[in-house]
Amino acid sequence: MKGTTSRTLVVWCADWPVAAALGDQGLPRHLPAAVFAQNRVQASNQAAREFGIKRGMRRRDAQSRCPEVQVLAADDARDARVFEEVLVRLEELRPGVMPLRPGLVALRSPARFYGGEAEAGAAIAECVVGLGIWDVRIGIADELFTAEQAARSAGLQETYAVPAGGSAGFLRALPVHVLEDADAVSLLQRLGLTTLGGLADLPGADVKARFGAQAAWVRRVIHGEGARPVSGRTPPPELATEAAFEPPLDSAEAVCFSARQAAEGFVKGLATRQEVCTEVRIEVAMEDVPDSVRTWAHPRWFSSVDLIDRLHWQLAGVARRGGGAVTEVRFVPEVAVSEAVHADGLWGGTNERVDRGIARVQGLLGHEAVVAPMLQGGRTPRDRQAYVPWGDRPSTLRDRALPWPGSIPPPAPARVLAEPWPAEVCDQAGRQVLVLPRGGVSADPARYRPAAGQPWQRIASWAGPWPVTEAWWEPDGGRRVARFQLVGVDGRAWLATFDTDHWLTEASYD
Amino acid sequence: MRRLEQKPGIGAELPTHEALGGVVQLRAGGTYAADSLSLAMLLLAGPSAAGEWTAVVGVEDFGAEAAAEAGVDLERTILVPRPKDSWLEATAALVDVVTLVLVRPTGRVNPGVAEKIGARLRTRGAALVALGEWPRADVRLRATEPRWVGLGNGDGHLRARRMVVEAVRGAAPPRRTALWFPAEDGGMRRVLDPVTSIADLRKQESA
Repeated sequence: MKGTTSRTLVVWCADWPVAAALGDQGLPRHLPAAVFAQNRVQASNQAAREFGIKRGMRRRDAQSRCPEVQVLAADDARDARVFEEVLVRLEELRPGVMPLRPGLVALRSPARFYGGEAEAGAAIAECVVGLGIWDVRIGIADELFTAEQAARSAGLQETYAVPAGGSAGFLRALPVHVLEDADAVSLLQRLGLTTLGGLADLPGADVKARFGAQAAWVRRVIHGEGARPVSGRTPPPELATEAAFEPPLDSAEAVCFSARQAAEGFVKGLATRQEVCTEVRIEVAMEDVPDSVRTWAHPRWFSSVDLIDRLHWQLAGVARRGGGAVTEVRFVPEVAVSEAVHADGLWGGTNERVDRGIARVQGLLGHEAVVAPMLQGGRTPRDRQAYVPWGDRPSTLRDRALPWPGSIPPPAPARVLAEPWPAEVCDQAGRQVLVLPRGGVSADPARYRPAAGQPWQRIASWAGPWPVTEAWWEPDGGRRVARFQLVGVDGRAWLATFDTDHWLTEASYD
Repeated sequence: MRRLEQKPGIGAELPTHEALGGVVQLRAGGTYAADSLSLAMLLLAGPSAAGEWTAVVGVEDFGAEAAAEAGVDLERTILVPRPKDSWLEATAALVDVVTLVLVRPTGRVNPGVAEKIGARLRTRGAALVALGEWPRADVRLRATEPRWVGLGNGDGHLRARRMVVEAVRGAAPPRRTALWFPAEDGGMRRVLDPVTSIADLRKQESA
């Protein structure tokens, strides 16, 4: 039986974000380069690593180790767009490629055609290197997860084939940090389990309870009952969902936003049959140009957010070839497997119930309308909080542990105005109070009006000015502002700002 | 089945912040009107700190940092800052899944609408805090006599606030309690020797 099942081949372009960025800018690929997100290294290439540049390092530290390092910005859309070129070439060799994410693609192993797995790997590596991508590694195994790990174990431009039926032996020797879940890895290491073999010897129910769904899934793969492609089945076509756009949409963002509901319906439709999708075909119909059809695989299974990510990547690829306005998006399940291993307890969790309620409100008002409040670092009360759409990952939260000179000491104001109100502050004689260039005030504030149309208020006590120069690095010199705390005779406290020549109410200690 | 078993009886007590212990006890199915956002946050903090989910509808200027200082667990807080005209539908949907909803209604609330929400709250065992007016609210809470400490004439900064929280339940005489809200160390607690009425104050003085 083993001999007849199809094998999976994974092509891994190491350090893909760096390779994509260099290629996109037309720079030679041997330069030391790193991709930075929020001033920290997200990915670096071998040349940069030889200088000691590591993931998570600050930009300044990276540049002090290697002053000529190419500083590149992180950009998911670019990674996907450049990867499209690789996908097109691979498709010429072997139809039915399934990208997992930019830099990683799976295909059914074409070993029989090339007369052997090593030969097939070599042919594919040659084709990718022909595009100028040096660091390509290929892994072949019975199923996807093992093939991906094999590719990561392979040498530069080489093929690592795990023999048929040898997945368990190969995976058992791997260190536990190949699990992506940092918490589970740390816990396993502290328990003295350093290889996946140790994890595999634990009882299944305990693994799920203690280390989470991903570890349980990997354990099942090692025991040969994982989500292998051969055991999946082709789901009936009525589970496909589509979103049609009338008039057609031009921007990828608009398409992804509008397709969200179709993606949710897709996942939900499978869930009612107690299945999850591991391979999905996304069909994008466009005006004037041929449809874009691409099959995506997921190492575990697709959630609705994952589907939208894949759609976004596919649209980025389409745009590269000169796409048209999108008229319809279709999600077709290619392979679905039973979700038994991921199923929740008998009664369902509280969080699932909450998620359903949130989904109802999102259906009513749109995805962005429901947010999670989060705290971050910053100077003004408004900068110190962030509203992140529910279900999205916060992308750029500032560190709260930094000192943030110029921030207002606690307690924090209860009301933080989304848009500051134009305020007025006068002295005894009714003249507007000004902050002088050297940081003093022209006169003591005596009366205050939080916003136009509100009653004037006599000021009982006040503190300030606390001057801050914001965005001084901008060419126009930034903004010099000064903050004040004002307490009216009614006992209410306000946070007001003097900005160059006018007053603003920023927050209220209501 | 589970809902029947676990359904909290109407009027079951919900966790309430200890600083408000003397004046108000949150109950499942109850509606509460508060006139100050920080007071509403304190009401939110009780169930939130006890591990319940809470939601905030229509409060565009919700200060997340102040809420966290009051004891609200932001990880279990759902915010719908701008529900536009659909605040009612959003509130109704969230009442089904959370324990306490803080809502700032736009415009005047129709008593019939309030009654419908009230019925839903009772079946779900949730409570509602309205910022502003709410028809026939069980308890009306007012933050009065705020007095800030720490600010001078151009110097210092806001450190602590003393204020009196007044709770009116139906036609009963108001209950009052003086709070450090917040105290200098950031906590929220009752001022010792709560002043319940002027008569009490006179008694204390004469004693």
